Amino acid sequence: MNRISASGNQPQRWRMPKQFPYLMVLGLVLLGVSIAASLALGSRWVGFEDLMAGLFQPDIDSHGADVVRKRIPRTVFSLFCGAALGVSGAMMQAVTRNPLADPSILGVNTGAALFVVSGITFLNISTANQYIWLALAGAMITAVFVFGIGSLGRGGATPLKLVLAGAATSAALSSLVSAIMIPRSYVMDQFRFWQVGSVGAANWSAIATFLPFLVVGFLFAVITAPALNALALGDEVATGLGVRTAMLRLVAATAGVLLCGATTALAGPIGFIGLLATHLARLLLGPDLRYLIPMSAILGAVILTISDVAGRILGSPGELEVGVVTAFVGAPILILLAMKAKVRSL
Amino acid sequence: MTNQTDAIMMAGRNRRRQRWFLVTGLLALLSLCLCCAMLYLGSTIYPLKDIIRALAGEQIKGASFAVQTIRLPRMLAGLFAGFAFGMAGNVFQTMLRNPLANPNVIGITAGSSAAAVFCIVILHANKAVVSTASVVAGLATVILIYALSRGKAFSIGRLILVGIGIQAVLNAVISYLLLIGAQNDIPTALRWLSGSLNGAQMHELPVLIAAVLICAPVVIYLGRHLSILELGDPSAISLGVRTDVTRVVLIFCSVCMIAIATATTGPIAFVAFLSGPIAKRLVGVGFSNSIPAGLVGVVLVLASDLVGQFAFEARYPVGIITGILGAPYLLFLLFQMNRRGEL
Repeated sequence: MNRISASGNQPQRWRMPKQFPYLMVLGLVLLGVSIAASLALGSRWVGFEDLMAGLFQPDIDSHGADVVRKRIPRTVFSLFCGAALGVSGAMMQAVTRNPLADPSILGVNTGAALFVVSGITFLNISTANQYIWLALAGAMITAVFVFGIGSLGRGGATPLKLVLAGAATSAALSSLVSAIMIPRSYVMDQFRFWQVGSVGAANWSAIATFLPFLVVGFLFAVITAPALNALALGDEVATGLGVRTAMLRLVAATAGVLLCGATTALAGPIGFIGLLATHLARLLLGPDLRYLIPMSAILGAVILTISDVAGRILGSPGELEVGVVTAFVGAPILILLAMKAKVRSL
Repeated sequence: MTNQTDAIMMAGRNRRRQRWFLVTGLLALLSLCLCCAMLYLGSTIYPLKDIIRALAGEQIKGASFAVQTIRLPRMLAGLFAGFAFGMAGNVFQTMLRNPLANPNVIGITAGSSAAAVFCIVILHANKAVVSTASVVAGLATVILIYALSRGKAFSIGRLILVGIGIQAVLNAVISYLLLIGAQNDIPTALRWLSGSLNGAQMHELPVLIAAVLICAPVVIYLGRHLSILELGDPSAISLGVRTDVTRVVLIFCSVCMIAIATATTGPIAFVAFLSGPIAKRLVGVGFSNSIPAGLVGVVLVLASDLVGQFAFEARYPVGIITGILGAPYLLFLLFQMNRRGEL
């Protein structure tokens, strides 16, 4: 581990992008706005008084205040999930050196979903603590499998190969998920929200389960960021700069999988956040991962929370799962990237 | 010398022709058997005599209802949708010279499906509107994907990536429409997301049957040009093929078939993708692949539906079975194309 972070201690040649502080402030402001929106907006309208009562006066017991209190864990959860997915996307793109790597595109989310559904059906598990480990195992295995298939043959893992391998794997796994769920209505009831992903079922105990994974994932991401910058120059150069590439890849990929696996375990497969947040951050800040990672986290949190609010409003009186909204806003990014890509790099 | 070469070439050609007829004949026979099985098998097994009499329109207690209102429409829907998916998928794969460039992967079926869901679930429109809308949406999707993937230089890879992105958006749209339209109606949701023959009804079928009967002959007729198009535009033009017209007509017919089949059964996963390559492997090269691909589509849909209905304790919609069958094949294909460096 020391060797990995060693390159970060060398004299810093890459200066902080000038716009970074301003953008961070802007990002935090947006974060505040999205938190406010998530607390105040939804299928039920609450007034300012109810909002304040729900937040700061636990003794007031009006219906509106209750609604706001219910929205607090949901908001916290969606912030955490968004940040986790944003960083996870950044890590996967860095490890695979591939601009289209995203947990949903690589099929990792579906792998996690399959494991959880199998666990509920065949092993009778029912607590978030148990889901999370199964989801991680599923995410890990799928990530390795898809990346393995995608990087076979000439040219290594080109974006096209990776996306196709991910799409095929996702299709197969989601058929299996349906095949397990259809005959068992109890699993279906329990995990309806799973098929598209939703932060609506959040509660404090789920957040508590989620938190350690989030912290470890972020820590790994921050530690490996400088070395990943070197990896972006190619394996040979990175090795020459003293980076142990295999170890680095393992740690960074673990961070990516931990973050998206844990999110999927609790929220279901939510797509495209990693792609959207990371590319937006890169557009604003350039490729330096030390600044890209925090920015991706903030943007991911903002995007997911706003998407959740949008889903509540669009789906009123019910709600539209956030996974549907993120696919709708995120997939055009995939199209844009494909349009911009040079033919040979596909 | 020349005579000898000619003789050898003719012999080879005859051998290929024989193989084509043999394979196509066998596929047709298999399809026929599966059609009969679809009519014969069910929760109650009626004597053959009763089924034939029921088909002829006689009223027999039990058998008439089972055969006329449940099994026959189901069989016909599977037959024609399978043929449409198989043949049209093959057209795209051949024209774009890449088995991955098929309506399932690049999102054409998702486009038709989204339009059909919108018309049925939100507008409660009648059959004619649904069919028209799904054809228009299918064509629009094709045009959109092509326009977006043109870029500076056209590449199939870009087209496939754009298609996957469009498909993700369209699937989100379908989920949204199902949510606001048919809350908690899981069978409907599954039908529109992965395809199913459940609930096929007799009055829905004439449009599909007409579309296949009109479009399929055109595709078969142009099939000869299709194999020339595969050689690339310059060669095709010098061989006297009007490439643009041929291409437009072929795409139009294929999209019509796919869109109307999708509007009837939902996008049955991977059939359009699997049929072409399987047919090609069976009949070999040299002759048009259109009819065998259509028949392979029929066999896939009907066999998968039978498996889904009777092989397990629960009844699965056909799309789940073809999804589980198709995805490993897609991976295998990727693996092979990777090894040959075609990607």
